[in-house]
Amino acid sequence: MANDIAIIGAGMHPWGKWGHNFVQYGVAAAREALADAGIPWQDVRFVSGGATVRCGYPGYVAGATFAQALGWQGAEVNTSYAACASGSQALAAARNKILAGECEVALVIGADTTPKGFLAPAGGYRPEDPDWVRFYLGITNPTYFALYARRRMDLYGDTLADFAAVKVKNSRVGAMNPRARYRKCFTAEDVAASAMVADPLRLMDICATSDGGAALIVSSLEYARRIGKGDAPRVAAISTVTPTFASGVVEMPDIATDSAAAAGVEAHAYRASIPVKAYEEAGIGPEDVSLAEVYDLSTALELDWIEDLGLAPRGGAAALLRQGDTALGGRIPVNVSGGLACFGEAVPAQAIAQVCELTWQLRGEAGDRQVKDAKVGITANQGLFGHGSSVIVKK
Amino acid sequence: MSDKPLAAAIEGWHTMASKPHLIGSQCTHCGTYFFPSQAQYCRNPACDSTDFREVELSRTGHIWSYTNACYQPPAPFVAADPFEPYAIAAVQLEREEMVVLGQVVTGVGVEDLKVGMPVELVLEPLHETDDDIKVTWKWRPLPADATAQAGA
Ligand SMILES: [Zn+2]
Repeated sequence: MANDIAIIGAGMHPWGKWGHNFVQYGVAAAREALADAGIPWQDVRFVSGGATVRCGYPGYVAGATFAQALGWQGAEVNTSYAACASGSQALAAARNKILAGECEVALVIGADTTPKGFLAPAGGYRPEDPDWVRFYLGITNPTYFALYARRRMDLYGDTLADFAAVKVKNSRVGAMNPRARYRKCFTAEDVAASAMVADPLRLMDICATSDGGAALIVSSLEYARRIGKGDAPRVAAISTVTPTFASGVVEMPDIATDSAAAAGVEAHAYRASIPVKAYEEAGIGPEDVSLAEVYDLSTALELDWIEDLGLAPRGGAAALLRQGDTALGGRIPVNVSGGLACFGEAVPAQAIAQVCELTWQLRGEAGDRQVKDAKVGITANQGLFGHGSSVIVKK
Repeated sequence: MSDKPLAAAIEGWHTMASKPHLIGSQCTHCGTYFFPSQAQYCRNPACDSTDFREVELSRTGHIWSYTNACYQPPAPFVAADPFEPYAIAAVQLEREEMVVLGQVVTGVGVEDLKVGMPVELVLEPLHETDDDIKVTWKWRPLPADATAQAGA
């Protein structure tokens, strides 16, 4: 396809709570991706970084920070901030540069180090800040995930056992992933024994935050062929669409949704709109997908994503889960990396890490986690402030 | 609680009447509602109006979804000692076609709630300061057939 680019290298620093500077994780991921591609660093002419807002100025200019750490060699740089979709936006910038013919090879990179516990908003009386308002009124991040989860229970009949089954499924594959932070197989009993945080979600239904770094080397198809990687997996589509007014689902950190009261305005569900553009761009449909990496900030949210991606009818994801269809070896495996449940979220690296997993899966190099005959993979994530993304990788 | 005067925890976001309303705004051109109030620009992509009126939002609606807070949130939340878990509801307002979050009144837990249940807006204490008792809006379940009489 005319708009495809090749993924010729992938690398990650293992996720964890290592307590190092974020640059160190990024450099490790980049070096692994470069070695994987088998190309010299000097061949990279564009460094596209996902920003971290937690590490001061070097994090705001992440593209330049990584380029300097790897050794200035004159490459152009870019830094993207799009919350959880930062990595995909950085990938989109690299694709544009390559397809415009301005460079042949680009490094796409993101890394983060996260503080312990809650990131509380600044103090004082600041009702103009939605984040201050919701914390003041007692509404935290798990509140939003729990609202979505409870709605599934009341509307579709999902159960606590279904949510626990997502955790059990993902922990089983995560235990086999050397790059995952949590590598223990959990049982439904373990989940049920964990503390209730925001009913119906327990501690083990909700993902943690982690340190981590991920990197991709992407290139023009012509460059890939020249270095003998003409059959490398390709990026077939990237969607980073924003919501359409009126957004009908209450989203963190807001206290209310848009109003759909005006003539000609309907309420829209943002999450479901994100993959639509990706499918259109790739010219494929959900029936063509071999596996999916989705943003399981909570166990129940994985089920929402399965429906948003069109892999199950609305309300049908739990049935798929119960049949074992979304497990490794099933019809449409979801989160065979272990997902956020086993990694914990490292914001600017996470969307890139999802593409790394698809790359290894499509090459048939995922070892014990390998999805048989994987030909097409799709990622999905959503973050704050109207940011979300979906990337399709195909053989 | 003491006999200190009542004061809105967030000033200007709701009336202080016995049947209180949230105070929002409405675009005079396209009719879109905003809460919190917005009076500078209309977020409807088909509208470039800068003219808004202040409106009292419907004080009844139906539960879109609900949950609770089992752990004490960080500041600026001011917790009772000891911390008491509370329920939270996202409520669909029919006329405004929007969903508004809020705590559920004291004494009502998630086991008492259901998606689609009718609720009304009331004021309850959020926390106490040296000078006053800060109140805020909370949602209170209504009998199943009560929304018709309660009106908007
Ligand atoms: Zn308007």
